[in-house]
Amino acid sequence: MKIKLNIWKQENPKAKGKFVKYELDGVAEEMSFLEMLDSLNEKLIKEHQEPVAFEHDCREGICGSCGLYINGRPHGPGDEIGTCQLHMRAFREGDSITIEPWRAKGFPVIKDLIVDRNAFDKIMAAGGFISIDMGQAADANAILVSKEAADKAFDAAACIGCGACVAACKNSSAMLFVAAKVSQFALLPQGKIEAKRRALNMIAKMDELGFGSCTNTGACEAECPKGISIDYIAMLNREYLCASFSETE
Amino acid sequence: MSKLDSKIPEGPLAEKWSKYKASMKLVSPLNKKKLDIIVVGTGIAGAPAAATLAELGYNVKSFCFQDTARRAHSVAAQGGINAAKNYKSDGDSVYRLFYDMIKGGDFRAREANVYRIAEVSNAIIDQLTAQGVPFAREYGGTLANRTFGGVQVSRTFYAQGQTGQQVLLGGYSALKRQVSLGKVKMYSRRQMLDLVIIDGKARGIITRNLVTGEIERHSAHAVVLATGGYGTIYYLSTLAVNSNGSAAWQAYKKGAFFGNPSFVQIHPTSIPVLNDYQCKLTLMSESLRNDGRIWVPKEKGDKRDPNIIPEDERDYFLERRYPAFGNLVPRDVASRAAKERCDAGFGVGKTGLAVYLDFRDSVKKQGEKAIKGKYGNLFDLYEKITGESPYKTPMMIYPAGHYTMGGLWVDYNLMTTIPGLFAIGEANFSDHGANRLGASSLMQGAGDGYCILPYTITNYLADEIKTKLPSTDTPEFEEAAKTAKERLDKFLSINGKQTATSFHKRLGHIMWNYCGMSRNEEGLKKALQMIDDLQKEFWSDLKIPGKVEELNQELEKASRIADFLELAKLMALDALNRKESCGAHFREESQTEGGEAQRIDSEYSYVAAWEYQGDNKEPKLHKEELKFENVEVKVRSYK
Ligand SMILES: Cc1cc2nc3c(=O)[nH]c(=O)nc-3n(C[C@H](O)[C@H](O)[C@H](O)COP(=O)(O)OP(=O)(O)OC[C@H]3O[C@@H](n4cnc5c(N)ncnc54)[C@H](O)[C@@H]3O)c2cc1C
Ligand code: SF4
Ligand code: FES
Repeated sequence: MKIKLNIWKQENPKAKGKFVKYELDGVAEEMSFLEMLDSLNEKLIKEHQEPVAFEHDCREGICGSCGLYINGRPHGPGDEIGTCQLHMRAFREGDSITIEPWRAKGFPVIKDLIVDRNAFDKIMAAGGFISIDMGQAADANAILVSKEAADKAFDAAACIGCGACVAACKNSSAMLFVAAKVSQFALLPQGKIEAKRRALNMIAKMDELGFGSCTNTGACEAECPKGISIDYIAMLNREYLCASFSETE
Repeated sequence: MSKLDSKIPEGPLAEKWSKYKASMKLVSPLNKKKLDIIVVGTGIAGAPAAATLAELGYNVKSFCFQDTARRAHSVAAQGGINAAKNYKSDGDSVYRLFYDMIKGGDFRAREANVYRIAEVSNAIIDQLTAQGVPFAREYGGTLANRTFGGVQVSRTFYAQGQTGQQVLLGGYSALKRQVSLGKVKMYSRRQMLDLVIIDGKARGIITRNLVTGEIERHSAHAVVLATGGYGTIYYLSTLAVNSNGSAAWQAYKKGAFFGNPSFVQIHPTSIPVLNDYQCKLTLMSESLRNDGRIWVPKEKGDKRDPNIIPEDERDYFLERRYPAFGNLVPRDVASRAAKERCDAGFGVGKTGLAVYLDFRDSVKKQGEKAIKGKYGNLFDLYEKITGESPYKTPMMIYPAGHYTMGGLWVDYNLMTTIPGLFAIGEANFSDHGANRLGASSLMQGAGDGYCILPYTITNYLADEIKTKLPSTDTPEFEEAAKTAKERLDKFLSINGKQTATSFHKRLGHIMWNYCGMSRNEEGLKKALQMIDDLQKEFWSDLKIPGKVEELNQELEKASRIADFLELAKLMALDALNRKESCGAHFREESQTEGGEAQRIDSEYSYVAAWEYQGDNKEPKLHKEELKFENVEVKVRSYK
């Protein structure tokens, strides 16, 4: 099939970007969305034009590299998929597809469709860990964890750090991302000890880095490729309140 | 004396590592603060190494080419991680894990290293659990296990089909903690271009800042490469598409020997090639073979819907050929068996290059819910790509390039032949011989990073406490930076007509056809010629747009492919040299009547370690003879 593309091009972080239109023929239904962009790029290079820069690596929805805002939706049409798992069967002959980078203050554009998500690393460094040095751990079965808690912790831990939640949110809040990490650890006995400190520090860092606050619209949950539930935000709020409380005591 | 000294400690196998630790040299906390270590790679080997070295007090610089450490290719590992915990009381032990790996590797790995990795495996699970890795649990709250190919015990720990992600995030969070404590400095979006050697020792690296294009210099007292495997040389493979062999290759060209480059694992259960645009194949985890049965129709070219093919018209060829292990034979055996059926005309699907992996019986026996609990996300993944539900229709699978057992040659210290240059994880050749068993790579990477390297590098650095951090203005750094820059300029100046990707695709085809699942002398010689021609074409007709001084993904690709073109030749050469079949290396000239791999121990019981002699010169082969003192070397049988 033949499609029309409207893609954000921006030379570097300081440059002013703009939309550029392309037409692409010979798009097959079974192509993945990124394979479609690959073939666009191959064509552009041969025609002595600049290819479109976009980020990707695993191409199976687990590394979190890919992240495109497609026709107004993070990761495009389809539920619980990363951009790399979107296939062209979701589109029709003659469709126009608009592709943009994540738009959020916390994620400045580096080039074309690539944004800087370093802020997530900074939030993680503020508390997204359990403080245990190598060599200090007891036998793994010395800590019993109910299957239910382990499964719930796993569901939260499935976050791939893609940033779609931020891109989907009208406040550009990173609450779902933070909540997933805080909840994963809070659900496990190993993580309980630092739970309060973790919630306070990660949220403070998130605020500092220019992410907005959460007004519970649920847009993040709807677009999260890993189906992370906003129930975890409620859990984070509890941890946070509890922690702020004991801080002021 | 040969330059190859594996430095295996004296004493009984089970005591070597504890004796080593008890007698190694130490570095005082005060001196550790004065020592800098570069760790390239943040996968399941690199992230734990950087974190653990920082915990010990060293100053660590950590590098990766992704935007963040958490996206290293390890994140994609699916099925699990092994340990000899014997939580199931099914007769597992450190010795049995060691034995399974030695046998699985077809007696082409070094006993002492393999035993050590088995020995530290339990501590890894303890550490990961303490870090909050949400491994699967039983109702009683204890950790759950499953079985992987090539073994008869349940020793694999897992987190659904996302074990790699969870285990890597454990290492990543430990790394982030050290970043916050100021002990690790992160350099993401950096591509290592060269290794810098001063007075015979590894002292730094040259990198390209992938955002600005700037060529940077970094110095240290020691350099660790945790840069992963080179399976993407086949173009289509199960690896993340930007994985590459460049760092190891640059180290090779600076004098580090390359061990068994041709030993590549072809994984039996990947989603088959569907079309021409694909740049990657998606793995379906080996754990599926616990409950899925592999078959093809007994009738050639039977195109019926698999669900209506009656039981007695199905050939469960693994169960038929290998009754003792059935669907759980090791990967090399399963891959070859599938290829044999397809080559003989029994393959299924549009291309005839696929076999069925069928869950019908397990769904019937255990219920859809139980199967979903074990493999839910893998089934979803499959359905997203193919549009078919494995709950209803058997999966179609075919072998794909997956893992490189070969890599930089290292001694017992995990040090390469360049003093001060260490290699860990998939980047080294060390523990898997000629074939790797499932769930043992995460174990090896994590073991190298958390448990082994922190000791062995300390033993090395104890002699470096008086060395000042080298300046990056030395002639060696100047020279390396200059050469790296010139090479990048060269790519841009060719200004030909063909894209980097098109060359990669063609190289992949050559390697898959002649240096893949089965090899022969004629094919390998042909491949060498073809690679040579392709390389010439590459350097005269490559088209790279843009500049060096900007984010330029095509330029990144070009430099990886240029290295692959050289590495490909070494792989073919190594495969040509080894006239026996062993593990994943199947030389058609050396097989039993039943079509099984035939080792020739009298001639090839060695590690082939290749030394670079200059471009366009035949590399020099060094042999590390393998001695087996603790296992009986047998014909590897899974019947
Ligand atoms: C689909 C799939 C599933 C798998 N499942 C399992 C499993 O269930 N169990 C198991 O044990 N094993 C599994 N494996 C194998 C296992 O995942 C890998 O062998 C292992 O993760 C390799 O880890 P590593 O740390 O050595 O390297 P990687 O994780 O590949 O990391 C390489 C690192 O090096 C960096 N790097 C590389 N080159 C450069 C350069 N030039 N400059 C700067 N940085 C560089 C990268 O940025 C990255 O951080 C699987 C493999 C695949 C492909
Ligand atoms: S919570 Fe979901 S959307 Fe947000 S970063 Fe994690 S995986 Fe992406
Ligand atoms: S490329 Fe890894 S999640 Fe899409």
